[in-house]
Amino acid sequence: MMRAALRSGALAAVLLLAAPFAHAIAPTRMPTPALEARYERLIHGFRCMQCQDESLANSPVSLAADMRRQIRQMLLAGATDQQIRNFFVSRYGYFILFKPPFVLKTAWLWLAPVVLLATGALSAAWVIRRRAALAARDDNDEDEPLDDGLAGPGKHT
Amino acid sequence: MRYFIPVALFAVLVVLLALGIHQAPRKDLVPSPLIGKPAPSFSLPSLSDPSAQVTTAALRGHWYLFNVWGTWCVSCHIEEPELLAIARTGRVPLIGLDWKDSRRQAIAYLQAKGNPYQQIAFDPGGLEAIHWGVYGAPETFLVNPQGIIVYKYIGPITPRAWVRDFLPRLPAAHAVSGS
Repeated sequence: MMRAALRSGALAAVLLLAAPFAHAIAPTRMPTPALEARYERLIHGFRCMQCQDESLANSPVSLAADMRRQIRQMLLAGATDQQIRNFFVSRYGYFILFKPPFVLKTAWLWLAPVVLLATGALSAAWVIRRRAALAARDDNDEDEPLDDGLAGPGKHT
Repeated sequence: MRYFIPVALFAVLVVLLALGIHQAPRKDLVPSPLIGKPAPSFSLPSLSDPSAQVTTAALRGHWYLFNVWGTWCVSCHIEEPELLAIARTGRVPLIGLDWKDSRRQAIAYLQAKGNPYQQIAFDPGGLEAIHWGVYGAPETFLVNPQGIIVYKYIGPITPRAWVRDFLPRLPAAHAVSGS
């Protein structure tokens, strides 16, 4: 009882001590909630160019801090989200956006999954139909040995 | 013949994965969209003399190498002897951007190791580097007399990179000083 209370007390103390650091990476406060929301959305949408798989919001490196400061200044100066995105894309390329726009240069990136999925679905449909046809033939013609190259599990189920 | 399609698909997959493996380690080299575009114009205080300004306007009409460095950057220490060698060739002046650094440390560093730069702009806050699309140091831009960025090199310049990547892009030796 006593030990449990001590343990939860210690946990609470640790959490309380840690609380000020929870927002240590991006401690900025914008003057209005609307700007704050846009700032938050923007910093989550940009890639940290140094750590590459982290967003500006989560990156502890100082370049990310400089970029957040740049975003903050542009927001305070009245820039639109699109202007801020253009600013970074013109200097770092589409690579800096976690969600690059659909343009000629990025078309393959967006279309490749669709093409791959379609290829997979078509191949699957083709194999299933062929197997169904073979199974039907198999049922009608039980005695004749079948050499269809598809011998294996599933054929006689 | 029956296996033609699966084998062909497998071959395509092998080629794609092989390409992926060979491309993957170069993920650190992000191509710059600034190649072929005008260099960002700036006016920054000089490292050696805070009252003087280093401006891109004054650099017009000459080829120059714009080298981003800092005393905190280990790769820049590795690159330093090659920068000094490039400066000695006299082929192209080096303009430095001392990035997120302390003025005192930077001056001491150059006094100890030698200064390859003709001019050095001081960017302690790091905002100018963002305009150049810098994401690490060292990075080096080759800018032509029209102020267009011709080439960007990421990482320390090696003697081989100087010969292979920079020299062919520069005009013949006698033409550099004129404009």
